Amino acid sequence: MPMSDLEDRARKARDKKAALGTDVDLESYEQEASPHSEIEDLDLLPEDVRKAALNVGVSLDTESGGTYVQVDQTPIHVDSNMEGIEFLDIATALKNYDWLKDYWWKLVPVDQDKYTADVAQYPPAGYFIRAKPGAKTVFPLKSCMYLGQSNLNQRVHNIVIAEEGSELHVITGCTTPSHVQRGLHLGVSEFYIKKGAHVSFTMIHNWGKEVEVRPRTKIHIEEGGSLSNNYVCLSPVKTLQTYPTAILDGRGAVASFNSVLYSNQGNIDIGSEVILRAPQTSADSVSRAVSVGGEIIARGRMVGEVPDVKAHLECVGLILSDRGRIYSIPELDGRCGGLDMSHEAAVGKISEEELEYLMARGLSMDQATGVIVRGFLDVEIKGLPESLKQELHKITQLQELHGGA
Amino acid sequence: MIGLLEIEDLSVSIGGKRVLKNVNLKVSEGETHALFGPNGCGKTTLLNTIAGIPRYQVDGGRIRFKGEDITDLPMYERAKKGIGIAFQHPPAIRGLKLRDLIKLCNPQADADDLLTEMDLMDFADRDVNRGFSGGEVKRSEMVQLLAQQPDFVMLDEPDSGVDLENIKLIGKAITRITQKDIKPSKRTKSGIIITHFGHILDYMKTDKAHVMIEGTVICSGDPREILDEIKKSGYERCAACLCQI
Repeated sequence: MPMSDLEDRARKARDKKAALGTDVDLESYEQEASPHSEIEDLDLLPEDVRKAALNVGVSLDTESGGTYVQVDQTPIHVDSNMEGIEFLDIATALKNYDWLKDYWWKLVPVDQDKYTADVAQYPPAGYFIRAKPGAKTVFPLKSCMYLGQSNLNQRVHNIVIAEEGSELHVITGCTTPSHVQRGLHLGVSEFYIKKGAHVSFTMIHNWGKEVEVRPRTKIHIEEGGSLSNNYVCLSPVKTLQTYPTAILDGRGAVASFNSVLYSNQGNIDIGSEVILRAPQTSADSVSRAVSVGGEIIARGRMVGEVPDVKAHLECVGLILSDRGRIYSIPELDGRCGGLDMSHEAAVGKISEEELEYLMARGLSMDQATGVIVRGFLDVEIKGLPESLKQELHKITQLQELHGGA
Repeated sequence: MIGLLEIEDLSVSIGGKRVLKNVNLKVSEGETHALFGPNGCGKTTLLNTIAGIPRYQVDGGRIRFKGEDITDLPMYERAKKGIGIAFQHPPAIRGLKLRDLIKLCNPQADADDLLTEMDLMDFADRDVNRGFSGGEVKRSEMVQLLAQQPDFVMLDEPDSGVDLENIKLIGKAITRITQKDIKPSKRTKSGIIITHFGHILDYMKTDKAHVMIEGTVICSGDPREILDEIKKSGYERCAACLCQI
């Protein structure tokens, strides 16, 4: 599709409200970001960016397969250390590769809503990752999206391509420093997982209390391909709405979604959708939500289009405060016979029996609550390398979770 | 001997229903007692009340531990003072590894040693009690108590649903927890055990037994003698005693 068509469709969708989530007034945010200078050596990265990255599981000191750091709209650093793996900023990639047009806005419709339209109307920023056929990342690729300018509308568009038989592990941390109270983050991500490829994508969000977030993600998975998609948001945010969709489009493709949410204020509306379009595909989605005051809407949707597919949804929530709300919406849409789809959903308080059990071992009520909540959030995730598992474990076991719990 | 645990005229209700009526019981330092009684007579209620589970409402009487009135003390403080319990049906806890729970019971404990002792090494990194068999659950209770080292331990049917081999292992653990493996004069730890069939008593020592019927302790005496009588005539004769009270 010519770029002018995209622009045209984007223009027309400028005021199109999203199907889900509260409406964001785009006009109330700064449209232009101040530029930042590029940094060749990661050691020269400003300390506040480095610290913020660490808080979202992106340690920039340890070994990685490549690193991407974006401050506001500027990709200030990108490097790639592994053979067979390309890690570029998206603007450069678009310039270098004419064929990238075939992947650009091909999964996420540019006119899906006003947010996708808005991202399309500005010069692109974001990352491009491509694992060549058979290439495997030993260390995860790390990326950090840093929103450092107050009241900015940060726009991101990422493309990830895992060619046949490749294996790719990506961790993305999105964060704001404490001085940025207000801001907007729009992120479009399109994933192409080809035959027999495996991608783990772990995203950790740590935004400010007045930040609004609207990621738009679609993933296409071919025969024998697999995805492990993990999302963690444990800090307050004003509003966040995301609903990534995976399409299992080849025999035996697998998708696994895990989300871990902890909210003490604001509105989080997060879900995932998997379309099972080919035989022997399977999907599972596990969502664990804890509210100590905020509102969490946990959605999950599985669509079985052909026989011989398997899908399971699990939406479990703990409400630890009178002010909290968890709205759990598991949906199963079976469109033919021969399907195996199931779900379990539960919302409630911490079991008294479990609390008493731990108190009988000498833990105070607060300590016992903390142990149970941290255990609840410590989702067993398959398909992640050990180092990433440990990072995730650390993030979900933060001591601060005791507070308010 | 010093009364480590003294229960005086204890009456307890759950959800407004009176379950224990004027229970009197004394366990001295170094002693382990057995508690018998038919299903639903209040044995578990007594143990859980001593442990301090909040939904067990004490309507009258008191519980003294090491000379101190602990009737109104929160559960975890009782644990800190040295009261331990192996629950009959402990819950599973998602995301909490057995090894980590042992460390919570006692940060100084050598978790690997204890897990090996209770043949639970393969369960060290599994969620506590999740998917455990009957015997594994009971052994998991024991491993926690071995770490906790309570001065007074309460064992609620540690042998129910457990095969012979596991009963032996559990009996050995109880013997260690209650210090029955050392000279009587050196023993300071005490305990109370609920058992229905008494199999576990072949593998541990008890000093005294009590029979509870309808929420009241109606008989106390030699454990073997009482168990033989129950095995012979059930609780019928005990119930007859109740009528005379």
